[in-house]
Amino acid sequence: MNKTASSNPLQRDIKTIVNAGLVRRHAAERRFRWYGLIAVTLGLAFVVLMFGNIISKGYPAFWQTYIQVPIQFDPAVIDPEGKRDSQALQSADYAALVRTGMRRMFPAVEGRMELRALYGLVSSAGALDLQKRVLQNPDLIGTEQTIWLLASANVDTLIKGNIDRSLDETLRPIKDDQIGWVDRLQSAGQIEKQFNTILFNSGDSREPEQAGIRGALMGSFYTLLVTFLLSFPIGVATAVYLEEFAPKNRWTDLIEVNINNLAAVPSIVFGLLGLAVFINFFGLPRSAPLVGGLVLSLMTLPVIIIAGRAALTSVPPSIREAALGIGASKLQMVGHHVLPLAMPGMLTGSIIGMARALGESAPLLMIGMVAFIVDVPKGLTDPATVLPVQIYLWSDLPERAFVERTSAAIMVLLAFMIVMNGLAIILRKRFERRW
Amino acid sequence: MSTTIIEVKASLDHNLANPETRQSALSSAQITDYDHRQTVGKITVDNPKMICRNVNVYYAEKQAIKHVSLDIGANEVIAFIGPSGCGKSTVLRCLNRMNDTIPICRVTGEIRLESEDIYDKKIDVVQLRARVGMVFQKPNPFPKSIYENVAYGPRIHGMVNGKAEMDELVRASLERAGLLKEVDKRMNEPGTSLSGGQQQRLCIARAIAVNPEVILMDEPCSALDPIATAKIEELIDELRENYTIVIVTHSMQQAARVSQRTAYFHLGDLIEIGETDQIFTNPRHKLTEDYITGRFG
Amino acid sequence: MVTSLFLSLLLLSVGAYYLGRKRAFTVANGHIRNLHSLPSFYGSYTALWCLLPALSIFALWVTFQQGFIIDLVVAGMPPELRNLPPDQLNLVVNDLKNLVSGNFVSSAPDPAMLAAADHYRHLRTLGHTALWVTVLSLGILGVVHAWRAISPNLRARNRVEQVVNVFLIASSTIAIFTTLGIVLSVVFESIIFFQKVPISEFLFGLQWSPQTALRADQTGSSGAFGSVPLFAGTLLISGIAMVIAVPIGLMSALFLSEYATPKFRAVAKPALEVLAGIPTVVYGFFAALTVAPFIREIGTSMGLHVASESALAAGLVMGIMIIPFVSSLSDDVINAVPQSMRDGSYALGATKSETIKRVLLPAALPGIVGSILLAVSRAIGETMIVVMAAGLSANLTANPLEAVTTVTVQIVTLLTGDQEFDSPKTLAAFALGLMLFVVTLILNIIALQVVRKYREQYE
Repeated sequence: MNKTASSNPLQRDIKTIVNAGLVRRHAAERRFRWYGLIAVTLGLAFVVLMFGNIISKGYPAFWQTYIQVPIQFDPAVIDPEGKRDSQALQSADYAALVRTGMRRMFPAVEGRMELRALYGLVSSAGALDLQKRVLQNPDLIGTEQTIWLLASANVDTLIKGNIDRSLDETLRPIKDDQIGWVDRLQSAGQIEKQFNTILFNSGDSREPEQAGIRGALMGSFYTLLVTFLLSFPIGVATAVYLEEFAPKNRWTDLIEVNINNLAAVPSIVFGLLGLAVFINFFGLPRSAPLVGGLVLSLMTLPVIIIAGRAALTSVPPSIREAALGIGASKLQMVGHHVLPLAMPGMLTGSIIGMARALGESAPLLMIGMVAFIVDVPKGLTDPATVLPVQIYLWSDLPERAFVERTSAAIMVLLAFMIVMNGLAIILRKRFERRW
Repeated sequence: MSTTIIEVKASLDHNLANPETRQSALSSAQITDYDHRQTVGKITVDNPKMICRNVNVYYAEKQAIKHVSLDIGANEVIAFIGPSGCGKSTVLRCLNRMNDTIPICRVTGEIRLESEDIYDKKIDVVQLRARVGMVFQKPNPFPKSIYENVAYGPRIHGMVNGKAEMDELVRASLERAGLLKEVDKRMNEPGTSLSGGQQQRLCIARAIAVNPEVILMDEPCSALDPIATAKIEELIDELRENYTIVIVTHSMQQAARVSQRTAYFHLGDLIEIGETDQIFTNPRHKLTEDYITGRFG
Repeated sequence: MVTSLFLSLLLLSVGAYYLGRKRAFTVANGHIRNLHSLPSFYGSYTALWCLLPALSIFALWVTFQQGFIIDLVVAGMPPELRNLPPDQLNLVVNDLKNLVSGNFVSSAPDPAMLAAADHYRHLRTLGHTALWVTVLSLGILGVVHAWRAISPNLRARNRVEQVVNVFLIASSTIAIFTTLGIVLSVVFESIIFFQKVPISEFLFGLQWSPQTALRADQTGSSGAFGSVPLFAGTLLISGIAMVIAVPIGLMSALFLSEYATPKFRAVAKPALEVLAGIPTVVYGFFAALTVAPFIREIGTSMGLHVASESALAAGLVMGIMIIPFVSSLSDDVINAVPQSMRDGSYALGATKSETIKRVLLPAALPGIVGSILLAVSRAIGETMIVVMAAGLSANLTANPLEAVTTVTVQIVTLLTGDQEFDSPKTLAAFALGLMLFVVTLILNIIALQVVRKYREQYE
């Protein structure tokens, strides 16, 4: 471009100038587009990676290894007095029956160490299993049955192929002898993987093969029950008050600012509140779903209130005017007309809030719902833990079988989240109204 | 007569299907005959800047523009008038392919800028829009300073070297848009701090800073008060010297004041086109007459 | 027990509702027109009279019963137990509670304790019976009162609506009380803490080791409480998270709103938002068991020393967690920029990326900054990921491959397990909580303000 052209920029030939830069600019455009695409792909890849990782680790936990053992229900061991007294039946040494059965399968094994290794193939839960069978059906005494007994976690891990057989024996949790026995049992068809009902039917345990999530599930259920019963009515009432009744003044402004800020307060701070106020000040029991529910309902309230207000504002004013116009009181207008119309939106918000509460763990650590609890809680004040905290507790344990169970528990948790969020979406779609 | 029409239509259809041979289809007289079937008045001019032939626009399945053909002469102001929803803005937005930003919008037919088909695959919209600028109904200055608003176009197109040249270009553009005196001392204030009329003139300055050949104006005064409108109209008249201007307006007085030719659209059809004086004093089509006498609109 | 009483009371109130309604019909001689309010309001009025007084007594009773009974039991204990110092007496009371609920006690129960436990059980049974009688009779009294009050002129609707109004107002103040509760609980404990550890040491000290005394002249009974390394660790991990989340989140939002076809957006947007619904404990598990070993392996293969609980692993996973947060907030902000801005830029011949970089982003900048601040506040307060994947020892470093600890990790470590409520170790957690609350509150207020200003600009 020459000097005369630059003396009057408006005279320049736009076509040539633009053409000169086009290649560079389109390259920049493509580059930018690629960055965007890469960002989205990365985000989606993380989703796939996490789900893939957890599912691949967790799905084997839904199956559990069992060993078929011939059990002689020896009356001399179970009921030496022959009275079928339930007390006697209960306290009998069923572990001895298991040991005898194991010895009968491998008569060649001798020596204390070897025998102990042999007994180690089956879980200590086997004795309890036999006790239950006998108590249910005392006629078993004196008979011989082949029974599938729960294998120990190490055998289970070996069968699932998660123990490297080429490792040095001392580095393996399961020894050469035991591997030999397991292989023999397997070739004889006496080892089988069955659906893992223990995972869903028992509470926590130190033995991975006996550990289940029922306690945590019930804990979550009770906690969420309290959360819902408190936060839903209070949240709806607050939303109704602020949207329909409250005068616009500094007090209601303060409440609004408060609610917005509470929605962004870190969850662990709510835990501190629970510890200081509910446990130390009011003396409520530690580790109880009641306190957990109280804390979580304070956390869920802002979510429900904000969703509730949005639902209320979407109800057109004409409906309110129509109700007031035929002589309804303001409360009747809200109760008969506005609230029913806003209810699907409020429920949707509440379900999403509850799903978040279900996944919450940090504040519950503060109020002691992090203890090792074997018993399944039966009420609001029993010590309990919740599913996410159970995951946290198990994730700390080094055994491979616990890693598996942790992933399985995560899958259950995610399934609940998906169901709840799906429900919210369906509810929204089903009742969505365009005014 | 009727055979001619059929033949021409057939040849047009054939040529539209084969872009390589399109060029030849545009030999004037026959087409004028064909288009007379719908459009009253002379669609061609002696010195065309842009040529539209048989343009159809569809939004999804709905046809918004039907077989519109017209020429836009160099250095003339042509006004598109018609009742709301008649498609005048849609035709305008076809001229610099702003309709590309609407995913469901589809354009067929032929629009040429000088000799190039602007819907040709080889045509770059970036270059096209630099050559065919646009001013919108509502002033839309960027949330930047007045200076940066005007400098935006030259900057993205790499039109100047160095600050001094840019200063010169910005001032020249503002001068041409009649805004320089008002904003000379406040170049670094945000463009949104100006009044509505000033904002619209800023948008015009922004458009002419790129030195386009054609400027499209989509009801540029509909959001402005009468004094600001008068200023813009004056400006349009001055700009005619250097640019070709297409203006969409719903005000017939404005069309009469600023334009040399006027096109009247009705429900997606180009009903009548001609010299502005003739359209307003002696409309030949019934619909045009009804509209300008205020029977509907 | 408590539940069954509650249910009985509810049942009673349902009965009261029908009773009240029937009574209204009776006093109106069958003509509703004679009544001030609809009959159902008379029913509700009666039900409320049945419920409210009984429920308030019920609540008070349940709150104070245990403390009262324990006082009585302690008063009835032999003097050598009764006159123990308060903290030992607390242990005795704890043992007693365990004994009563049938749990194992630390030592074999002595006769005095057994007697006390019996006393406790006796009082408790007595209390329960008294509670039943009181609550139910109050309920019935309430019904009787309402029954007698019902007349055609009774403004039942207004009364009922008054009660509902009070309930609505009370509900709306809960948010205030929650904030107040948070502030009071952390502030009180923090004040006690700062009496034991000077506030300057807490704010500017470079040593954090609450477990053991490092220096002989250390104030407080144990440890060092300089919080600088914790905040440095928090900032390091949050910083890594933001480095991951901001570019990915922002670019995804831009791509999805400006480039993607509607079909792609309809699939990709919810899929990305799945990340926001995953509980943080799952991220923590992923960080600790998959990402951290992976980073360590890569680092080792490159000859670097990588801690097994590296800040990088925790930060990376936290970044992934925050991606949908940044992207959905930016998406809102970007969509709030009017279409006319885009049109203006396209009409000048700008490409999409030029429009985004030179018009959209500058216009949306305040909103984007606001959302990034919200995301930072989220990262600082995030607990589970760092508890599971970050270290425990306070380490003042900027090296992302080393292990650092964070404020939230320390709060959890200090407060889980056994606690004595007056030790600086426990109280320090509340001081950290106070700092955390204040910092996130300031960030949130600024962010919400910025975003609101931004919205107003385009409204």
